[in-house]
Amino acid sequence: MRCCSAFITKKRIYLILSFVLLGFVLLAIVPAFAQDATEAEYRPFPLIGSRNAAWIAAQLHLLFGSFILGVPMFAVIIEFIGWKTKDERYDRMAQEFIKLCMGAFSTTALLGGVLVFILVWCYPKVLNKLSGIFGPTMIFYVVLFFGETFTLYLYSYGWDRMRGRFKWVHLVLGVLLNVWGTAIMFVSNTWLTYQTSPATMFGKLSDETKEAWIENSIAQNPELTRAELLEGVTDKTVIPLHNETTGEFLGNVWEAVNNFTWMPVNIHRLIGNIAFGGSIVAAYAAFRYLVAKTKEEKAHYDWMGYNGNFIALCGLIPLPFAGYWLGREIYMFNNTMGINMMGSLFSWLFIIQAVMIGVLFIGANYYLWSGMGRIKGAEIYARYRPYMIAIIVICVAIWMTPRTLSKISSASELSAMGGSNHPHLGFFGLMSAKNTVVNIVILTTFLSFLFYRRSGKTPIVGWKGIGNIVISTIFFLGVVSIVVIGIVGFAVETDVRVNVLTPWQVLVALGVMVVVTVVDIFMYRKATSSGTINWGQMTERSQYVLILLAITFTSLMGLMGYARSGLREGWHIFGVQKDTSVDAYTPALGDAVNMVSIIMVLFFALVGFIFWLGLWGDKKKQPAVPIEAEVTAESDD
Amino acid sequence: MKRISLFTICFAIFIACWVFLRFVVGGVISVPIPSSVISMYMGLVLIAILVHVSVEDTRFREFLRPIHETLVGENRRVRRIVLAVLIPLLMLGYTYSNLAQKANPPGDPRDAHPSPPLELTYKDEVIGSMQDVENPYRHYEKDDPEKFKSHVENGRRVYYQNCFYCHGDHLDGKGHFADALNPLPANFQDPGIIPNFQESFFFWRISKGGPGLPASGTPWNSAMPIWEDHLTKEEIWDVILFLSDYTGYPYRTFGEGH
Repeated sequence: MRCCSAFITKKRIYLILSFVLLGFVLLAIVPAFAQDATEAEYRPFPLIGSRNAAWIAAQLHLLFGSFILGVPMFAVIIEFIGWKTKDERYDRMAQEFIKLCMGAFSTTALLGGVLVFILVWCYPKVLNKLSGIFGPTMIFYVVLFFGETFTLYLYSYGWDRMRGRFKWVHLVLGVLLNVWGTAIMFVSNTWLTYQTSPATMFGKLSDETKEAWIENSIAQNPELTRAELLEGVTDKTVIPLHNETTGEFLGNVWEAVNNFTWMPVNIHRLIGNIAFGGSIVAAYAAFRYLVAKTKEEKAHYDWMGYNGNFIALCGLIPLPFAGYWLGREIYMFNNTMGINMMGSLFSWLFIIQAVMIGVLFIGANYYLWSGMGRIKGAEIYARYRPYMIAIIVICVAIWMTPRTLSKISSASELSAMGGSNHPHLGFFGLMSAKNTVVNIVILTTFLSFLFYRRSGKTPIVGWKGIGNIVISTIFFLGVVSIVVIGIVGFAVETDVRVNVLTPWQVLVALGVMVVVTVVDIFMYRKATSSGTINWGQMTERSQYVLILLAITFTSLMGLMGYARSGLREGWHIFGVQKDTSVDAYTPALGDAVNMVSIIMVLFFALVGFIFWLGLWGDKKKQPAVPIEAEVTAESDD
Repeated sequence: MKRISLFTICFAIFIACWVFLRFVVGGVISVPIPSSVISMYMGLVLIAILVHVSVEDTRFREFLRPIHETLVGENRRVRRIVLAVLIPLLMLGYTYSNLAQKANPPGDPRDAHPSPPLELTYKDEVIGSMQDVENPYRHYEKDDPEKFKSHVENGRRVYYQNCFYCHGDHLDGKGHFADALNPLPANFQDPGIIPNFQESFFFWRISKGGPGLPASGTPWNSAMPIWEDHLTKEEIWDVILFLSDYTGYPYRTFGEGH
């Protein structure tokens, strides 16, 4: 018996079970490999199916990609600040950011490779079509990738060697790294945006493509004359780049690149990367803060978390504007797609989006308010906090009110409302109301930051009273203007609301922030300090909020990715190449939420592992840079 | 006088918000708000309260104090017993009310708006892409107002001969058949209906009716007839002109080039 129990140890049982499990996996894979691999349009991916496999690989690749593209953007700015102010802490923090990036870089490339393999194996028809159009851009992508890889290595490994008089070379490398990274993203965005909107405007077409389109249209409609075809066509008319019957590509590479949604997606992702990168860094700092054993470590990671959150906020504030532009371009490209997005198939996703962005804004404000607790002299702003909470929560409530309530009401409730729209709350479901409250939430968040910036400082300028009146008046007039524009928006043509009123609301919000910042900077120049920032004295709750923000950002990116991709519905390339695979259906929102949640868990597991590896190697090398309690006026100006 | 605890104040605010939404907004000011929407708003109220009390450590401790006292206080035995009975009873009531069978069917799980097809057709004739087709009589509004008026008048005739039974005398969805229908007929006086869609969308909805609705986002259960079997193309376009003319709401347009 003893002999037996010695033989069947726990380890061996696990080993045997692992082999059995592996055997089952292999059994499941074999049928997939036994498929005819010669001219298949699709090949099934074992166990989880092709769509899910591509979904997981693409989303993970995008999340890692977003992180490694976002972090260098602010790392180089922080390094520059450190160089100019000669403050070593900034330099150290930027270096720490890039170290996190280095770990994630190879995983991003690995996931990109996995995605390509999955596409080659499971979707050869799609890849064949795309590579036929975008071949030259794929070669360009590889060149850029090499450029980025070597620049990142030089930038990271040369950090210490290039201190001193070669610091500017190092900064140039940092800028170059961002140029490569941004270019890589712009190139890869062409492929996926083309799948959504394979069309461009008439004015952007070359003469050859114009002729090809005219000939093609007349060939399909022989009764149509050239003059009749061109009647009513302006430079802004949407022109498909394919023969609508055969799917033959009519344009050139640049026209395919410069498709309808390419630039809005570029800008949206560029800003989103900054916000996402900042939030992941802040979550990392929060985790390190929570497990820190010394005061110095706590102070260092508190400071890092603050900066990460500040960066995330800087990205978050303009993000809704960029998203709005993308939405507008989708409507401009194809009205049906727009209706599907905002009023039909995907409309409830935008309610979830409102909830999640609400969480982001409430969380970001919570963190700022918590941070004011560690600044002496910040108490005077606490009295405004309940009103600011009320404003943000009311705005979020309006933002997340659905227009049509039929899915979440009983028959008697619908009957009491007289239909699926509530006669009064139904107004909150329209874009005019939602755009209004988004701008007010942004301005309130800006006000929180303004209070944070002012905390512990007393201005010495003689016009401080007038300055405060001016700032209050600007805020008041800004909010009134945004509300009035919003109300007018209910009564005008959609064209006017989308193209005139909403941009004005955005300009008013941005204008208020710019003017108030300028006045405030002059007012608080050479301000006396009435308190210190006690770094390392944040509540633990505030650190969990930072982690929550990173989780929310990740989920939000996953869900909006589902919307962007799902909008094509049954098409690989919208209107050109039909999806005829077994997965040619749009997953329900619940399925998408489950999938995004799985991806999010995988992402954080991988990120956690990579960060842990980085720490493991680094543990004995360098202690955290000590950060003493500092005079606020000195630190912020 | 004993000071009211922060917890009690917060609890009172929470209840006051619920009363305000349920009875003031959903009774005095307007019609009742669906319970799901009230739950959503109350979730936000709860978050707002928790944010306010937990930002500062001292306030958070003050907020938690009555809870702590209730749980471990020597002289809070009666309160503990009351809560130990009350909380399970409330949970029981909540579970029962959610699981008990009611003669109140759930609302339709259909989409807000149906997804239009890419191509607009009348019977089997392709008119053009949904995106680009415009009302062929719309340009008379500027070019020949008299002719435009005659089309609107024709639209009015068509509407009051065919549509008003359900959509109402005033286009507000309150026709005399309306109460028998679920979902209710569209209310064209609602500012979220006409301005959100192009005229081509309305042509599609009128011509194909309930049976022409897409397979996705079902069940639609629309009682709308297939009007292309009864009306000419011109009559459908005219009634579309009339809807906008009567309500004063313009249809969605995409500006120059669209």
